[in-house]
Amino acid sequence: MKTAKKPRELAEMVPEGAVLLIGGFMAVGTPERMIDALVERGVGGFTVVANDTAMPGHGIGKLVTAGLISRAIVSHIGLNPETQAKMIAGEIDVELVPQGTLVERIRAGGVGLGGVLTATGLGTPVADGKPVVEVDGKSFLLEKPIRGDFALIRCKHADYKGNLDYALTAHNFNPIMAMAADTVIAEPQEIVPIGAIPPDAVKTPGILVDHLLSRGN
Amino acid sequence: MNAKEIIARRVALDVRDGMLVNLGIGLPSLVANYLPDDVDVFFQAENGVIGLGARPPEGMEDPDLTDAGGGFVTAVPGAASIDSAMSFGLIRGGHLDMTVLGGLQVDARGYLANWMVPGKMVPGMGGAMDLVAGARKVVVSMVHTAKGEPKILPECTLPLTATRRVSLIVTEMAVIEPTDDGLVLREVGPGVSVEDVRAATAAELHIVGDVPEMRLT
Repeated sequence: MKTAKKPRELAEMVPEGAVLLIGGFMAVGTPERMIDALVERGVGGFTVVANDTAMPGHGIGKLVTAGLISRAIVSHIGLNPETQAKMIAGEIDVELVPQGTLVERIRAGGVGLGGVLTATGLGTPVADGKPVVEVDGKSFLLEKPIRGDFALIRCKHADYKGNLDYALTAHNFNPIMAMAADTVIAEPQEIVPIGAIPPDAVKTPGILVDHLLSRGN
Repeated sequence: MNAKEIIARRVALDVRDGMLVNLGIGLPSLVANYLPDDVDVFFQAENGVIGLGARPPEGMEDPDLTDAGGGFVTAVPGAASIDSAMSFGLIRGGHLDMTVLGGLQVDARGYLANWMVPGKMVPGMGGAMDLVAGARKVVVSMVHTAKGEPKILPECTLPLTATRRVSLIVTEMAVIEPTDDGLVLREVGPGVSVEDVRAATAAELHIVGDVPEMRLT
């Protein structure tokens, strides 16, 4: 049995400077209530690993506006002018990573692999400073794994054991990030009894999930 | 017919029945409007759906179902929702038959630059680097010049998206195929002469025999 905790309680577990893996693609599939609780608490200095920084007023954009992010490892910041302004002002250190490489680096971190070999980024600024490895005559970039102190996950259903399923394009990085952090916090749309998610439909086994966000605040 | 419609119609003719196709945001997304009736394909949105459908009716949007530009979409019968690791696994793994992307510059080697303008626009590469490195066929669709300046150059001056040669460049003026011997002019746009194309292209163009006018239906 997991216990469902209030957003404020969970936000208080996240210390200053933590590395946060946050699910979502332009705020679709981002745990908004958990983000709101972090903004309300106001402790920051976070390194955020995510697909993008969304838009001002949505998802990770709220953490940007609140000044809680000091480093962002993301594939895209194009829809958030605040991130770009803070990057230029030196307030946020932005590392841009190709989307497929980013998700695979997180996966590597979650499944115990020492890195990823990918052709993506060869001959581009992404390759700067990275080893090139030849395998069977083909060149690949060596990309290192990424892990987080916390993964903040948005899911469709969670059952009382913490088993999760996801909705449509709100999967995105969530199931991968759920494997790659020391503490995994899931924000479900609905919490359902054990058995309501059939075993075949479970995408994230409950053994990976540490805390569920309660439905009420 | 405006330039974008010419380009979208011409690219649509290269889409074959049964393909999995990824269309970029903006101009490339228009290709879906001009597919022949007898061509049945799945469109992939890299944020996590195979079988992207049209925009839903007003008020019927599902906040968990968007395309890679964050716009609300539907899923067609037979669609599948997938996470980002699966989505980019399909892209890098050679399971994506065709990707259509926009371009800032393409050069004589067939290398594309489309993700940043240093000092001006740094949105991030998103999925573009993985798409160009991994898709079986890479089609660049773009207007031929930018404010009168050629975009097809001897060598890109902007940071590259990949050092893999793209398959085809389609503009309102020309269809150009990068080959081992450089850029080959395959077709000219409606009412456009070979000399017009040469004048608007900074890279050398090779002509093999008669260059036909592009078909649009």
